[in-house]
Amino acid sequence: MKAVAAALVVSASFLAVAVVLAQTRSSDKPPVAAASKYHPAVYAELQKAPEKARNRANPLESDPHAVAAGAILFEQHCAECHGEAAEGGKKGPNLRAAEVQGAAPGAIFWILTNGVVRKGMPVWSKRTEPQRWQLVRYVKSIGEAARAAESPAPKP
Amino acid sequence: MAPFGRLALHGFFSFSLFLVFYLPPALAQESPYFVSYDHYLEEPGNLEIEYFSTFGTQRGGNNFHAYWAEFEYGATAWWTTEFYLDGQTTFHDSTVFTGFRWENRFRLLKHEHFINPVLYLEYEKKNGADKILKEGEGHDVESDFLVSNAEAQKEHLHEVELKLILSSTFKGWNFTENTLAAKNLSNSPWEFGYALGAGRPLALKASAKRCTFCPQNFIGGVEMYGGLGDRHNFGLHDTSHYLAPVLAWNLPSGWTLRVSPSFGLNDNSHQFLMRWGVAREISGFGSMVSRLLGGHQ
Repeated sequence: MKAVAAALVVSASFLAVAVVLAQTRSSDKPPVAAASKYHPAVYAELQKAPEKARNRANPLESDPHAVAAGAILFEQHCAECHGEAAEGGKKGPNLRAAEVQGAAPGAIFWILTNGVVRKGMPVWSKRTEPQRWQLVRYVKSIGEAARAAESPAPKP
Repeated sequence: MAPFGRLALHGFFSFSLFLVFYLPPALAQESPYFVSYDHYLEEPGNLEIEYFSTFGTQRGGNNFHAYWAEFEYGATAWWTTEFYLDGQTTFHDSTVFTGFRWENRFRLLKHEHFINPVLYLEYEKKNGADKILKEGEGHDVESDFLVSNAEAQKEHLHEVELKLILSSTFKGWNFTENTLAAKNLSNSPWEFGYALGAGRPLALKASAKRCTFCPQNFIGGVEMYGGLGDRHNFGLHDTSHYLAPVLAWNLPSGWTLRVSPSFGLNDNSHQFLMRWGVAREISGFGSMVSRLLGGHQ
């Protein structure tokens, strides 16, 4: 009986901690979907990638299946925070932003591998290295698709 | 068990079912380990509800089926907290609630390194009938389990457990080493134990198609764990050790299934333990709680 009562006290504490953390997180300045409204510091993390990491080329750059596989991985693991179309969400910034699309693939890979742990982005090295490169390929393909849509169609 | 206790457990069970089926699932990439921990923590705001079972053979006594429910919450990207409820059925004896545990894991370094340390702190309030064998520690041996449930339940344990988790991921493989130090707060010596694990997904690249049976959804491996004696008698003398192949299947629907046959490596160990578990990760639990209490989104 005492054990059950103690279990309930601990579970109530558990719930209270969860609530406090949820409240704390939600009371932070909420990022909005438009790229320009994200604080530049959000993207400054990309600049912290060491040069060696930034210079790494994506080994799956020419893999014809990388974008499709990356899209599925993105939907399963990233969309919850970054939005289904990578437009940014409650927790994660817009990945269509120029800062991300202009970043070296190696820098994006470095962020995926190391996370931004103190700011809420988990470490994703539990996804294998090829899967992280597939994700990078997908993220970069979003910008490529947008640029292709913006450029005028060639005259017949 | 007292009616109040039964009511509380039913309430907990119903709440868990509500969470599992009402809230959106998140696809997990769970490690296959049952005893070892790697350095990957729960994603912030996500709750994972898990059920694990251990069937154990008992020489000179009755076989048993021990089980625990686990609620794992990603408080931040560097802190995961878990709450466990444990119980067991000893065949030809009885079914008993054996206690609870509250566990916390803290990631110590900001970035990923070749070896990644995680600090583990746990408080356990359990009775002597606990048989989940979630870790090997001290001089725990098979014959300790010969005591009847009625007798074993009379022993009350308040225990603090510390672990240093050192985990590394290389070429798709995860290697992890856990060193354990546990102390029963009622004037017992520190006890020690270890767990080692290695695991790898069956495929490193993700498939370009949605699939349930793709090899990347399966993670296989092996773990080994056991006790290392106590402060007065450190070493392998009178300790038990196990070797266990492990397999996890991460389904696209958000469920994870795990199975592991464990084999005792010496005469002090149970000859065979069959473990299995099912887990479901729920995204946005923190936000849901915040919403319920009128917080901002």
